[in-house]
Amino acid sequence: MTCALEITNLHKIYRNGFVALRGIDLHVEQGDFFALLGPNGAGKSTAIGIITSLINKTDGRVSIYGHDIDTHFAEAKSCIGVLPQEFNFNIWEPIEEILVNQAGYYGIERSDAYSRAEHWLRQLGLWDKRHEIARNLSGGMKRRMMIARALMHDPRLLILDEPTAGVDIENRRTMWDFLTRLNQQGMTIILTTHYLEEAENLCRNIAIIDEGRVIEHTSTRALINRLGNETFVLDLESRVAELPHLDCHAVRAIDGFTLEVDIDQGAGISSLFDALNHTGIKVLSMRNKTNRLEQLFMQMVDDRRHP
Amino acid sequence: MSASKQWIAFKTIFIKEFLRFIRIWKQTILPPMVTTSLYFIIFGNLIGGRIGEMEGYRYVDFIAPGLILMTVITQSYANTVASFFGAKFQRHIEELMVSPTPDYIIIFGYTSGGIARGIIVGFAVTIVSMFFADLGIHNFAILMSIVVLTATLFSLAGIINGVYAKTFDDISIIPTFILAPLTYLGGIFYSISLLPEFWQDMSLANPILYMINAFRYGFIGITDIDLWFSYGIILIFIALLYAYTMYLVKAGHGIRS
Repeated sequence: MTCALEITNLHKIYRNGFVALRGIDLHVEQGDFFALLGPNGAGKSTAIGIITSLINKTDGRVSIYGHDIDTHFAEAKSCIGVLPQEFNFNIWEPIEEILVNQAGYYGIERSDAYSRAEHWLRQLGLWDKRHEIARNLSGGMKRRMMIARALMHDPRLLILDEPTAGVDIENRRTMWDFLTRLNQQGMTIILTTHYLEEAENLCRNIAIIDEGRVIEHTSTRALINRLGNETFVLDLESRVAELPHLDCHAVRAIDGFTLEVDIDQGAGISSLFDALNHTGIKVLSMRNKTNRLEQLFMQMVDDRRHP
Repeated sequence: MSASKQWIAFKTIFIKEFLRFIRIWKQTILPPMVTTSLYFIIFGNLIGGRIGEMEGYRYVDFIAPGLILMTVITQSYANTVASFFGAKFQRHIEELMVSPTPDYIIIFGYTSGGIARGIIVGFAVTIVSMFFADLGIHNFAILMSIVVLTATLFSLAGIINGVYAKTFDDISIIPTFILAPLTYLGGIFYSISLLPEFWQDMSLANPILYMINAFRYGFIGITDIDLWFSYGIILIFIALLYAYTMYLVKAGHGIRS
């Protein structure tokens, strides 16, 4: 089956001599929900800029659904919908007009474009704002409008560069649900994000870029499995005077009512509860201390920079 | 992208550009009408009355075509330079760059917006001129073709300026220091036959002179320069500017990193 996106030996050197990409290879399968992660300045946005024709590549090959962006640029571009990191719309135009114009650039008739705009604006809760000029929308609404704009021509591959940056938690969750539905309907989605919880929850496959190189390209599950242990925070019913001894689990006290426990991969959570029952400690609630992927990500980037 | 889809993309850019300057008509259509009225009052009626005739015509009738075409030049240029630079500045040029719309359709679309503004404001100024000058039409086809070709040429020039501009200052430098002097010295207010021979020859290097003379011919039937030579010069400039604009947009100059 043709890949949704195939990148081979992609290089980018900017005019000022800055080397942003040092020969990256990536492939994203059709229907995948793919995360492109990396620290600031790693080369994620440069890669997306090249895929979407906003940045000229220095060398390498990019193919979208089998269409080379150099030789079949129109077919390749027609497959992509893009949500850039920065706002890039005319702030003085009503949002419905922005969407209809975008459809027009893909050769969609105006009458059809208006009905598509209604569909996506309703889906993203912006229909009542359709006559508002874009400038008057809140930050979250602007992002949703840009998602609607990216979907106007029914792209097969949706690329989202930090879609939830600056979006409040409620809107972020709504956006996650929306993106999950799109993916379930068969759309391939690539996203970059600094919220690694987002990548862990949404994406099946992950690539990590650092200093212009792909340092990891695997499934989310395989990556998470590499984590040796997980840390949980336990809120206790009553104060514990001294640190309990729990078999196989490292325990630290945060305060008298809160414990931090490391659980080894494969040991399972039930072994922890068995151990707690033996000590007579009652647990009110329990949560992950840190996001697992975040922990791995920091570890990998740190290992590379301080070998 | 099929031809029919390209046509839709072109229409979309045109409609967007058209609505843009219509929406801000108080900045785009009204001011040239006021300025032209002032030109007619001062140069036409107050001073023109003392000048007498130029090439056998009342002075106000002689300058009217030039003033109308000057408006077409400045408005078509202003439309594309402001719109293209604005699109770059707000980054919504990216909406077009990520789409399959070919580069030449982008250029045609922006140029058509400039032509539309040139024609509409030129028409509005012609209406104003009728209150001051006795405007007869000698050849309507020449009038319209010169307006469209002139607006095309300066719309393309505006896009080039927009491509290079990095700040708002950059979009006013060319109109102020190059376009305005060339326009004023292009024979709006005088016939070049009044100039000493050296300056007559120098004036022939000014492309705007050919446009104004051909346009004046369309109104009153006189010109300092051969009409077909004027058409030739205008078409050559359009071809050169189009080729250069195409090169800049294709290379992504000032648009792509």
